[in-house]
Amino acid sequence: MEILKKSQSGSFESSDIIILIEPVEPNSGRNIDIDSSVMLEYGDTIKALITSKLDSYNISDIHLIAKDKGALELTINARLETAIKRACNIQKATMH
Amino acid sequence: MLYIPGNNPAMLQQGGIYGADSLLLDLEDAVALNQKDAARILVRNMIKSIDYYNAEICVRVNHIDTPFGLEDLEEIVPLQPDAIRFPKTESVEELTNLIKIIESIEDKHGLPHNKMTLHLMIETALGVQNVFDIAKFSKRVDAITIGGQDLTADMNIKSTKDGSGIDFARKMIVMAAKANKIDVIDTVFVDVNDEEGLRLETEYAKQIGFTGKAVINPRQIDIIHEIYMPTDPEIRKAYRIIKEFKKNKKLGIGVFAIDGKMIDAPIVTRATHVLELAQIDLDTI
Amino acid sequence: MKNVIGREIPEYINGVGKIDMFVGAWQKLKKGWMDEVTIPPPNKAKLPHQSKICQTLEEAIIKTSPKSGMTVSFHHHLRNGDNILVNSIEILAKMGIKNITLAASSLNEVHNPILKYLKDGTITKIWSSGIRGEIGKAISEGVLDIPVTIHSHGGRVRAIHTGKINLDLAIIAASAADNEGNATGCKGKSAFGSMGYASIDTRYAKQVIVVTDNMVDYPCIPISITQNFVDYVVKIDSIGDASKIATGSTRITKSPIDLRIAKLAANVIEHSGSFKNGFSFQVGAGGASLAVAKYIREKMKTSEIKGSFILGGVTSYGVDMLNEGLFNTIFDVQSFDAAVCSSLIDNSHHIEIPAALYANPFNCGCMTNKLDIVVLGALEIDTNFNVNVITGSDGTIRGASGGHSDTASGATLTVVVCPSFRGRIPIVKTSIHTVVTPGESIDVLVTERGICVNPLKPELEEKLIKAGLNIRKIEDLQIEVESIVGKVQEIEFTDKIVGLIEYRDGTIIDVIRQVKHHG
Repeated sequence: MEILKKSQSGSFESSDIIILIEPVEPNSGRNIDIDSSVMLEYGDTIKALITSKLDSYNISDIHLIAKDKGALELTINARLETAIKRACNIQKATMH
Repeated sequence: MLYIPGNNPAMLQQGGIYGADSLLLDLEDAVALNQKDAARILVRNMIKSIDYYNAEICVRVNHIDTPFGLEDLEEIVPLQPDAIRFPKTESVEELTNLIKIIESIEDKHGLPHNKMTLHLMIETALGVQNVFDIAKFSKRVDAITIGGQDLTADMNIKSTKDGSGIDFARKMIVMAAKANKIDVIDTVFVDVNDEEGLRLETEYAKQIGFTGKAVINPRQIDIIHEIYMPTDPEIRKAYRIIKEFKKNKKLGIGVFAIDGKMIDAPIVTRATHVLELAQIDLDTI
Repeated sequence: MKNVIGREIPEYINGVGKIDMFVGAWQKLKKGWMDEVTIPPPNKAKLPHQSKICQTLEEAIIKTSPKSGMTVSFHHHLRNGDNILVNSIEILAKMGIKNITLAASSLNEVHNPILKYLKDGTITKIWSSGIRGEIGKAISEGVLDIPVTIHSHGGRVRAIHTGKINLDLAIIAASAADNEGNATGCKGKSAFGSMGYASIDTRYAKQVIVVTDNMVDYPCIPISITQNFVDYVVKIDSIGDASKIATGSTRITKSPIDLRIAKLAANVIEHSGSFKNGFSFQVGAGGASLAVAKYIREKMKTSEIKGSFILGGVTSYGVDMLNEGLFNTIFDVQSFDAAVCSSLIDNSHHIEIPAALYANPFNCGCMTNKLDIVVLGALEIDTNFNVNVITGSDGTIRGASGGHSDTASGATLTVVVCPSFRGRIPIVKTSIHTVVTPGESIDVLVTERGICVNPLKPELEEKLIKAGLNIRKIEDLQIEVESIVGKVQEIEFTDKIVGLIEYRDGTIIDVIRQVKHHG
């Protein structure tokens, strides 16, 4: 799937995560920046989660910034899904 | 019944700990228009992963006339929460349409039509006028509720603390519920810091027949419970139901009768709640 | 080797010596005496009408003839507003004093500026009941060669009696003092309340300086510190940031989760058998802990129960309960907010007590021994009910032992209140970074996701189940927590030991290892 435009999801609230997505030149790969209040405890888990989510959407070229404030895995998943759907223009029923 | 904003992970993940009988995960008024998609996905994931213990899970979707309603149902109905709460119900026609949509989603996923129930919110003057027919329309409707804020707006009156403007509506909605033998839940009390006001309003709601009250802050739950603390006959009846249920469960019987009345899962759930309210440990029965 | 609660501790540690292993919460007390010899307090003499007044803190410190290798002590009653510790260390550093042992009753963020003196060899050893801020982080990363010792409030008194902490100089901040050094914390613009932790220092330090920003006419009343122990008196402009010292009333939390936990804890207390006329009570000042007092206050009123005494760190909330007649007396070793000062002065049933009377295990009975109910917090708790209140989830030092193990050991009912996880960080775990308070002295854990009773207390569990409370196994709770937050990555430590956790009886219950540097 192709990232068509910039998108964002989530918030800076505690237990939430902000995901920012930007399109990049084709074949430039994945550029992922993660910043988390629980980096020491969950840094690797968060990274693995983001990677597998991008895999499942077949996204190979992307710039993704994640700023996490201790979001649970299900929340990270939800925010990733929202941001990806928005960036790929496949989200349904919302207003901008 | 505790309202939880559908786009707030911190509150959603802790929803089960406050001892509310029912949780209202809200995709409607508590969610900004540009976050409807985010909330829908988040609530879906929460229902899948979080243990809400004994609380009934109810999702308030957006109205099907909005751009979000249909998508909310597509996402939530397959999860089969205990109930869907539908806002601003005004007519039987609307309800027919809603149930048709829900059932078609259920068919698509091979789900039964009788598991998830509907809570209908009456929030407009037209809804109040039609409430008896609405409440009667389908077996799936097992509770109706009054939405005080929207109703006063629709009536173009001020929302006052004594609730005088919506008093007639409250009673009419209660009567429709009682006539159809379904639950009826009172609207929220918005001033979180006014404990005395909440107490007075809840006592009044109980007095005129509401079977429960919605709250917007966990701090309000204890007061509601105090007022709705079950009576001794209620506790005795619930005790009997649970005792029979446990006995039958051991024998592998799921549905049974007490005094000729069928006892099924929702009744057992309610009995459980009664005993919990009365702080009786189920394991001792 | 492993001690009785399974903590891996070397038998010998460089810079410390042979380690006296923890043997159980009450094991050493059973003897009825302490094997270690107590050292005598110093002998001093002054001629009549000899002046103790010094013009500056520097002058006073110079008069005490400080030497490298000395031990200097401070109390932490000025909370996060304290200027005295940092100023004094700066003066000593300027004089070229090295190898100082710092024996502060607790260290806070406000003391961050002394970090540079840990790095340059001015301070090489630390004894304290708690370390927060940059100092804790730096120690965890190995800034000192010799491990710090974390003691309890009661244990500090014992360590001073035995000379393990051998005080050369005590610098005592007071919010009011006279020219002989009689002093109090209850009066003046920087009033902070009880001076309970400073008392032992004045009796044992070879030199004692009282520092105040409020010199009053002789005599200074009430007398918390008495002149017979004071060598020098200094008046300075300010002992610290009054807005952080003289804090207002502590408020009850509005966090729904903390309130939920507190309510459950109050239900536990109500049905524990210890909630009856004449009970004694202690709560911490933290979120859920203090909120328990709110619910207990309501329950005492409705059940018409009157308590005996409130102990410990005292808040204005405790004072309100005293004034309402719910309790007979407050024993105040430390005031958590300065709003209690007027009560300490005016109410004869609000009594300032020294740390020795509060919690020292080796005397004829400290007050924690008379405690019926205590409510404590936790940074982490394991499935054996062992509690960590000193290191954070990243393994670095950021908390305080304080009176945690003292009160837990003394109280009939010890309740730990904490969320089962914070943010995404699990609090209830199979293994915790550091044990401060042994599980055998904890009776109940109350979290937002249920109540767990220590299997050592089956009668208590039975009572609570009968009362209809949601009691569950701590192992089940831990599994549920892990299923919510996910498995935490192991924090990596080196073999270097950066801290010792001394149990109140002087044995070592655990050690803190250096965190491995990342990136």
